Amino acid sequence: MSALAQLGDNLALGFSAALAPLNLLLGLAGVIMGTAIGVLPGIGPALTISLLLPLTFGMDPVGAFILFGGIYYGAMYGGSTTSILVRMPGEASSVMTALDGYAMTRQGRGGAALATAAIGSFVAGTFATVMLMLMAPALVEVALGFGPTEYFALMMLALTALSGMAGHAPAKGAFATFLGLAIGTIGIDLQTGQARFTFGVPGLLGGLNVVIVTVGLFAVGEVFWHAAQPRTSGEEPAQLGGPVRLTREDWRRSVPAWCRGTVIGFFTGVLPGAGATVASFLSYAAEQRVSRTPEEFGRGAIEGVAGPEAANNASAGGSLVPLLALGIPGSGTTAVMLAAFQMYGLQPGPLLFTQQSGLIWGLIASLYVSNVLLLVLNLPLIRVWVRLLQVPRSLLFAAVLVFATLGVYSLNNSVFDVVVVYVLGVMAFFMRRHGLPLAPTVLGVVLGPLLEQHFRRAMAISGGDPTVFFTRPVSAAILALAVAVLVVPAIVRARAARH
Amino acid sequence: MARMVSPLWTDRVTCVVATALLGAAALALGCGGSATTERGADALEATSTDYPNGPITIIAPANPGGGWDQTARQIQQVLTEVGVLGVPVEVVNRGGAGGTIGLSDLVTRHRNNPHTLMVFGQVMLGAIRTNNSPVSIVDTVPLARLLNEYEVVAVPADAPYQTFEELIDDFRRNPEGISWAGGSAGGIDHVLVGLLALAAGIDPSRVNYIAHAGGGEAAVAVMGSHVSAGVSGFGEWKSYVGTGRMRLLAVSAAERIDGDDTPTIREGGLDVAIANWRGIVAPPGIDDEARDWLVAALSRMRDSEAWQEILRTNEWEDSFLTGDALDRFLTEERATADEVLRSIGLVR
Repeated sequence: MSALAQLGDNLALGFSAALAPLNLLLGLAGVIMGTAIGVLPGIGPALTISLLLPLTFGMDPVGAFILFGGIYYGAMYGGSTTSILVRMPGEASSVMTALDGYAMTRQGRGGAALATAAIGSFVAGTFATVMLMLMAPALVEVALGFGPTEYFALMMLALTALSGMAGHAPAKGAFATFLGLAIGTIGIDLQTGQARFTFGVPGLLGGLNVVIVTVGLFAVGEVFWHAAQPRTSGEEPAQLGGPVRLTREDWRRSVPAWCRGTVIGFFTGVLPGAGATVASFLSYAAEQRVSRTPEEFGRGAIEGVAGPEAANNASAGGSLVPLLALGIPGSGTTAVMLAAFQMYGLQPGPLLFTQQSGLIWGLIASLYVSNVLLLVLNLPLIRVWVRLLQVPRSLLFAAVLVFATLGVYSLNNSVFDVVVVYVLGVMAFFMRRHGLPLAPTVLGVVLGPLLEQHFRRAMAISGGDPTVFFTRPVSAAILALAVAVLVVPAIVRARAARH
Repeated sequence: MARMVSPLWTDRVTCVVATALLGAAALALGCGGSATTERGADALEATSTDYPNGPITIIAPANPGGGWDQTARQIQQVLTEVGVLGVPVEVVNRGGAGGTIGLSDLVTRHRNNPHTLMVFGQVMLGAIRTNNSPVSIVDTVPLARLLNEYEVVAVPADAPYQTFEELIDDFRRNPEGISWAGGSAGGIDHVLVGLLALAAGIDPSRVNYIAHAGGGEAAVAVMGSHVSAGVSGFGEWKSYVGTGRMRLLAVSAAERIDGDDTPTIREGGLDVAIANWRGIVAPPGIDDEARDWLVAALSRMRDSEAWQEILRTNEWEDSFLTGDALDRFLTEERATADEVLRSIGLVR
């Protein structure tokens, strides 16, 4: 039998499982729940799946994984809604969406932003599933080939590529980034077990969770900012939601961004140490770099929503590659899914594809189904979300504060975390007053620990020889790209100035 | 007229849909809880003080997905299945800092409350010392040691070492040249490498240990040949052998593990045997009656076929221990962890 016919048979088998009425219902429940937890700050897919595990004990494993897959994709999409409408990213992976998405809302284009996020998520989720299906075994080599040197180079690339985010005040951008890097060092150092910058406070030993930093800086900070505005400020968007339909121009700008976001997101997701947040950063940076109008970014460029939203969904598909092909969890969510596999007595790895082909192909088919369900569910819902903006601003932001507090408390059932979120909110208020951008701080918090750990691992393995970063080809190539990203625009500008 | 009505109508639909969404959100939030049920036929009789009279919460002092989380959820699964408690069981995650965050939560916030228990294990002993944790295991009421998980030493499939002796020979020749991947600094993996160095006559401070966030991350480093060798839980890494990218050289058990032909470290010439045990503790201040009730409930769980099945599927060894014997065991383990961490240089 040809490989293609085999694939067709497998898919048919998978769809017959995924489209069974009960499984379809579970998939629907998954995407609804996933969207809801994506909208709520704090609670992520990992926590939801682990809460649901005991309820699925008696269930058929195919049904349980269809539910989990729906939650995972749903949560990746759901985070975009609050980012765009009220600048409250529910997860770190939707921080980039908040920048241009919220700017679009303020211009009365919130509906278009939500639409490009929904369709982009659909496109990315579908193509990521195709790539997962066709390339999983080959991609294992890519996932394993990335060692500490390559990860360090990749994080450097993300950091330099996003330096453009600071716009016209590079010094302020640099300050915000370093602030994030400093916050990222709080907690117990993995390599030595020593506490850093915890000042004897036990709650700081674990470091500041990225979700807490995100919610504190963006959601709580935004609420404080609005609370400080005079009541009669003329800031209220004139045209609230705007048309939900994407214009021809929107389509023209969104489609290439979705495609780039899908590819970047999928391959970043495949790497077990990178994740959805890094994927969305890289995608935003790429969009800004290829754009003919980079100055629009941060002021409502639709590519800034389309790219990162496609990227974070595609990375969810990518992170299933090391999980299914090797049994390696690449993210918190896939770690819980791995535990679920083991609870059913299943061992992910190369044998899973042959021994449990019904389960694997059922899961893959259900990912396609989840994507369709998400789109069907969310496109009509956009009208509902947009109407939320008609709620008087004071009530809307009060609700944001309540949800942010609840969500953060539910992360660890810790009042200390809630205090931290409010402290960060106050910090964000003053950062905004002094014109400091907030996104580079989140960037620093996410990338800092990865940069540091991978750098120190690479140096320890090489016995203190820094040339490893340049002698390993992949790492050298990525670092060269990182330098080029910094230097080339400067040269171009210098030339332009001379003429 | 119809025109006037339609916006109102849309508003109502909006309201309904928004309410439905909020309902779904509430469902997502509340799905951890389940209604209190009548005490089943298999339940232990409640104590004279009517304990337990509400759901019992088990703290997993780690993020979802790790060993403690898995243990907590397996206990939850069996207790629910066997129905011995007669009340619902919930699991909450309080991750971070090698479990000391969960520990401090248990000791400070749940004092005197026998409705909250916590999973603990060998790794926590090391973390308490390296983090200078203000609270310790001695502040809790240990209920039972439940299981042992053995450690395994592995190398990439393309590494030159076919046996454990060959790896240790190279380790002796050039201690810094062998990079060891494992979990967080001061944890069981690090302690094992320290013990190997001591047994091989190498200064433990010369060990080149590369800490990772967990066994999965360390496995990537080994399978991708980024390090010379790695150490992690046997049950977790055994499955990676099937990928053809990792070779198991030795297990840390005193004798070979049933149904597996990986030799022991002792067979490889070093007198080291160590187990990563896990158990369950109650908060300080609970009365003796509640403690005895919980120990009886855990014994009933341990004797169930469901628990034995879980031990088998996870490659865990039954190491059930309670009472004075458990207290003596914990005192010894604390001393060992201390000594090794001191020799590695993590604790002064």
